Amino acid sequence: MGDFIPDLSTVVALTDGTLRGATPLLLACLAGLYSERSGVFDIGLEGKILIAAFAGATVGILTGSALIAVLAAIAASTLFALIHGVACITFRGNQIVSGVAINFLALGLAAVAGNAIFSMGGRTPQLPASARLNGGDSWFTPMLEGMGRYGQAVEDIAFDQSIFVYIAFAAVPFTWWVLYRTRFGMRLRAVGENPAAVDTAGISVTGLRYRAVICAGVLCGLSGATLSMALNSGYINNMSAGRGFIALAALIFAKWRPVQAMFACLLFAFLNASESRLQGTEVLGFEIPVQLVQAMPYLLVVILLAGFIGQARAPKAGGVPYVKER
Amino acid sequence: MNKDLPGWVDFGLLPLLNLLTAFLVAGIVVLAIGENPLEAVRHILYGAFGYGNGVGYTLFYTTNFIFTGLAVAVAFHASQFNIGGEGQAYLGGLGVGLACLMLDQYLPWWGILPVAILLGASFGAIWGAIPGILYAKRGAHVVITTIMFNFISFSLMNYLINEYLKMPGNASVQSRTFEQSAWMPKLTWLEGVMPGISTSPANLSFVIALIACVFVYILIWRTKFGYEVRVYGASPSAARYAGISTTRVVVLAMAISGGLAGLMGLNPVMGDQTRIFLDIPQQAGFVGIAVALMGRSHPLWIVFAALLFGTLYQGGAELAFEMPSITRDMVVVIQGLVILFAGAMEYMFRPWVARAFSMREQENG
Repeated sequence: MGDFIPDLSTVVALTDGTLRGATPLLLACLAGLYSERSGVFDIGLEGKILIAAFAGATVGILTGSALIAVLAAIAASTLFALIHGVACITFRGNQIVSGVAINFLALGLAAVAGNAIFSMGGRTPQLPASARLNGGDSWFTPMLEGMGRYGQAVEDIAFDQSIFVYIAFAAVPFTWWVLYRTRFGMRLRAVGENPAAVDTAGISVTGLRYRAVICAGVLCGLSGATLSMALNSGYINNMSAGRGFIALAALIFAKWRPVQAMFACLLFAFLNASESRLQGTEVLGFEIPVQLVQAMPYLLVVILLAGFIGQARAPKAGGVPYVKER
Repeated sequence: MNKDLPGWVDFGLLPLLNLLTAFLVAGIVVLAIGENPLEAVRHILYGAFGYGNGVGYTLFYTTNFIFTGLAVAVAFHASQFNIGGEGQAYLGGLGVGLACLMLDQYLPWWGILPVAILLGASFGAIWGAIPGILYAKRGAHVVITTIMFNFISFSLMNYLINEYLKMPGNASVQSRTFEQSAWMPKLTWLEGVMPGISTSPANLSFVIALIACVFVYILIWRTKFGYEVRVYGASPSAARYAGISTTRVVVLAMAISGGLAGLMGLNPVMGDQTRIFLDIPQQAGFVGIAVALMGRSHPLWIVFAALLFGTLYQGGAELAFEMPSITRDMVVVIQGLVILFAGAMEYMFRPWVARAFSMREQENG
C-alpha cells in the first residue's frame, strides 16, 4: 500500500497538474455543450482543437504576438465549426459523418500546412516568449511568497496559472448563466429539444443553431490555443491526442450540464495527472495497471451509458436535421 | 425539393459530382502549397501502379480497407454508425496473432488459417457486439460507445502486449515472431504478371477480402437475415411491426461488422509483420468510414473505393518522396474531403440538379 498522506509538494503538483490538464478539456467540453444543446452533435471537437492549436502556434511564431495568435486560433476553429454548420444545418447532412470529416481534415491540413511552412515534418518551431501565455507572476506574488511555503503553494496553484485556466473556469458560471438565465440560452435549449416549437414561435432554428456552432468554434479555438501556447510552446503533430473525445466523454458524463461538466473534466484531468503516481500502486493485492487509469474516462462513460449509474439523456432533437414544414 | 430523380442521377451523377468536388478542393490545397496538382496525381499513380513492389503495397492497403469498409457498410445497413472499426481490427489482430502463437509449432499456415479467421473474427465481433447490445438494450448511442471502445482497446492492447506477450529482455513492445511456417503466403503466383510483387507485403489476405465481399453481398441481399437488416435500416418501427426482433438485428449486425473489421488483422499480423505489435490497424478502421460512404455500402463499389484509398496511401508515399513540400498527410486531407463531400454534404448538389431536371421537363412539355 502506498503512502496515503501525501506531502505538500505532492498536493501542489497534483492540484496544479489537474487544473492545467482540465483547462483544454473544459473549454472543449463547454464547446460541445453549446453545440449539442442546440441539437447539433459534435464529434469534431478533436479536429477543431487541433487546427486551433496549429493556427495559434503558426501565427504566434510568424507575428510574435500572443493576442493575434489566439485570435487566429479562434478564427481557424470557428471556420471548421462553420463547415460543420453548413454541412449539417444548411445541407442537412449527417452530423456524425461531418464530425468525422472535420477531424480528418484538421489532422491532415495541420500536418500538410505545417510541413509546407516550416519544413519540420509537421511540427512548428518553438514559440517566441512574447507569444506564449503560460502564466507567471501576479500582483499577489510578492505578498504570497512572503508567507512561507503555504503562501508559495497558494501562489503556485491559484495565481501562477496561464490566462486560459481562468478563462475556462470563468466560462463555467458564464455558460450556466447564458443557458439558464438569458433568452438566447432558453431558445438554444428549446431548439435542441423541440425545434418545431421554436420555429412556430417565429424564431429561426437555422440562425440559433449557427450561433451555437459558432460558440463551439470559439471555445474550441481557446482550447487549442491552450495546448500550443500555454501547455506547450509550439505545435506537435496530433498534439490534441484524443482530448476532444475525452471532452465529449465528460460532456456525456455531465449529462450536458455546465457545472457538472467542470467536475467531470476535473475528474478526468485528475486521473491523468495522478497516472504516474498511481503506477505500481496495489489495491487489495492487485496492481493497478497504468493503462486502466488511462482508459478510465472511456470506461466510465460506457458504464454510464449502459445505465448503471443514472441515465444520460441527450438533447431530444440532437443529430436530426430540421426540415421546415411547408 | 425532395422530388424523385432518375436512379442514375441519385446513384451515379450526384456521388460523382461530390467526389469530383472533393478532389478539386484537394487540388486547390496542393496548388496553395505551390505544387502542380496534375504532377502530384502522376506521382501518386506511378507510386501505386508503376512497378511490382508498388502494386503490391497498393493491394496490401486495399485489403485492409476492403475489410474495414465492409465492416462500416454492414452496420450502415442496420442504420448503425460503427466508428469502432479501429478497435475491432486491433482486437481482431490479437485473435489472429494468438492463433498463430499457439499453433505455429504444430501446423502449417493453411492449418492455422481457419483458427486465425475464427479467433480474429470473433474477437472483433465481441468488440462490435457489446456496443450493439448497449444500444439495443440500453439505448446507448453506438457512435459514442464505439468511439469509447476504440480508446479502451488501445489501452487494453497496450497492457496485454506489455504484460503478457512481450518477450522478456526485448525492448520493443511486440510478441515473438511466428514460425515461418505460419506466415501467410505472398502473392507469388502474380509474379509472372507483375514482377516484384512478392517483395511487397501483399499476401493471400487480399483474396480472403474479396471472398468477404461476396459473403457480405449474399448476406445482405440474398438471406432472410439480410432482408431483416435492410427493413430495420429503412424503418425500425416497420421492422418491429413486421415482427422482426430488432435487438437481434442490431446486435448481430454489429457483431458481423466487428467480425469483418477483426478479419483485417489477418493482413498485417499473419501476412506482413508476423507478430502481434502496437497499433495494428494504423488508422485503417477510420479509412473504412470513407470507403463505405464512397462505396455506398455496396461490396462491389467498396472494392473500388478501397482500391482508390489503397492507391492514395501507397502513391502518397511516392508523392512525399518526389515532392518534399507535400507530406503523406495529404492523404488524410483527401480522406477528410471525401467524407465531407461524399458523406456529410451528399445532398449539396441535389437541389440544383433537381431544378435543372424540372426545367428540362418543362421545356419538353
